[in-house]
Amino acid sequence: MNEKIIKPFEVVGAQVLGWLKVVNDFSRLAGQVFYWIFFGAAKKKPMKQPPIFEQMVFMGARSIVIVFFVTFFTGIVLAMQSAQQLSKLGGTIYVASLVSISICRELGPVLTALVIAGRIGAAITAEIGSMQVNEQLEALDTMAINPIRFLIVPKVVALFFMLPCLTVIGDLSGMLGGYIIGVYNLGINSHLYIQTAFDYLTPKDIYTGLCKSFVFALIISLVGSYQGIHTRGGAVGVGRATTVSVVTSFILIIVADCIVTGIFYFSNV
Amino acid sequence: MREHKVAISVKDLVKNFDGRRVLDGITLDIYHGETFVIMGGSGCGKSTLLRHMTGAMKPDSGKIFFGDKDLTSLDEDQTEQVKRRFGMCFQSSALLDYLNVQENVSLPLREHTTLDPKIISIIVKMKLSLVGLSGFENLMPSMLSGGMKKRVGLARAISMDPEAVFYDEPTAGLDPIVCAVVDKLILDLNKKLLLTSVVVTHNMESVFRIADRVAMLHKGRVLQIGTPDEIRNSKDPIVQQFINGRLDGPINFSESIEDINYSEEA
Repeated sequence: MNEKIIKPFEVVGAQVLGWLKVVNDFSRLAGQVFYWIFFGAAKKKPMKQPPIFEQMVFMGARSIVIVFFVTFFTGIVLAMQSAQQLSKLGGTIYVASLVSISICRELGPVLTALVIAGRIGAAITAEIGSMQVNEQLEALDTMAINPIRFLIVPKVVALFFMLPCLTVIGDLSGMLGGYIIGVYNLGINSHLYIQTAFDYLTPKDIYTGLCKSFVFALIISLVGSYQGIHTRGGAVGVGRATTVSVVTSFILIIVADCIVTGIFYFSNV
Repeated sequence: MREHKVAISVKDLVKNFDGRRVLDGITLDIYHGETFVIMGGSGCGKSTLLRHMTGAMKPDSGKIFFGDKDLTSLDEDQTEQVKRRFGMCFQSSALLDYLNVQENVSLPLREHTTLDPKIISIIVKMKLSLVGLSGFENLMPSMLSGGMKKRVGLARAISMDPEAVFYDEPTAGLDPIVCAVVDKLILDLNKKLLLTSVVVTHNMESVFRIADRVAMLHKGRVLQIGTPDEIRNSKDPIVQQFINGRLDGPINFSESIEDINYSEEA
């Protein structure tokens, strides 16, 4: 009888402890990453540039095409959907500002982050995870090479700078999509479209979007690395960790998007 | 009996995983310049013991002395200093697969020293010729056979001129001839570089080929330490069952299955 009463508490307690452990491990990892970024030089182990550049090329330059396609077509869809509604009100011209604002504030940063979470977050987890199951991380450790400094820091730094760049590209290609519908389908004058698009766009629209992408970059790289380091159980484990990494990144990106938007919304910066 | 200088000393080492005792008070001394073999069945704690010696795991209690330094009580920087004094050769070789042989072997040198790249490449050539792989500098690990990878891993382990080298199952998964090659290499390096070698293995042929002394582990305890001859002539039924690979004896099969589960959790 007694056991029946205690059992649910045990289950819930174990679950909560499990989550707390994840949060604890994750913040530790993040702490170590920032420690090596900011204080590594003090220990005469500054960051090395070549791996950071390599990662930047892989994460940034090679992702441009996929980011372009996703945001470009979203811009087209957005323009087509809004044109139908706005034409009823006789304000087809406002398609331009609607597309540019919604792309810069919201869709550009979020879609770019989701695409990169799928491409780069998964790659980070798969790479570090397979190194973990093949004892390579342990090998680095026995060679007195800190795996976090050696492997993870370059990835975090590279993505931190590349994701905002990709977001700018995403914003522009989204607006290009809107432009194509606006000018070639709705018959808006090209000059007028561009002017309307940028007239209503405030600096705040752009920097809130970019602020978000810095946060998203940290989420993607840290979640990816965390899942990689904690990979267990061979090839199956790597697959599982990669899935968990992408799903977790997706959820955290949307939650962080809500929080950051909320901060700007309520603080009226 | 000759007086030996102790290189590595393990005292009362205890380690638990999820309430299961994997190491149960291990005490042993490893002498300078000898080849010390740790053997035992799967899950007996031998790999765990090795990971404690390399500083990859922290014990629940007990001490490990490397020279006069206690590995268990050092802070991170000091541990790093000690780690540079030994090399480790992994079961899966653990070469970084996005670097070529040259870059893999030179990795510790590039990270820990400010040597000129030219000098580093000379050192790499030396180490590769020691393991018999001269001219393989530009190959990627994926192009090498298992035995070659092991040898590159070994070259990497000795790249910093360590005092001791740890080998985790150096002959696992290799054919008998390559096994013999690797064993000979371990002995050669031991003599040429005056290394202390600690080898974890359950390959009995290897054990009797390379060992100066052997420790038999069973259920997290040291069952017996002695020369290969002493082990061969041991009266202990567990040791006899193990070295002769008999099915019937004090170690029964279901127990071994359980032990394998322990080690996978670890």
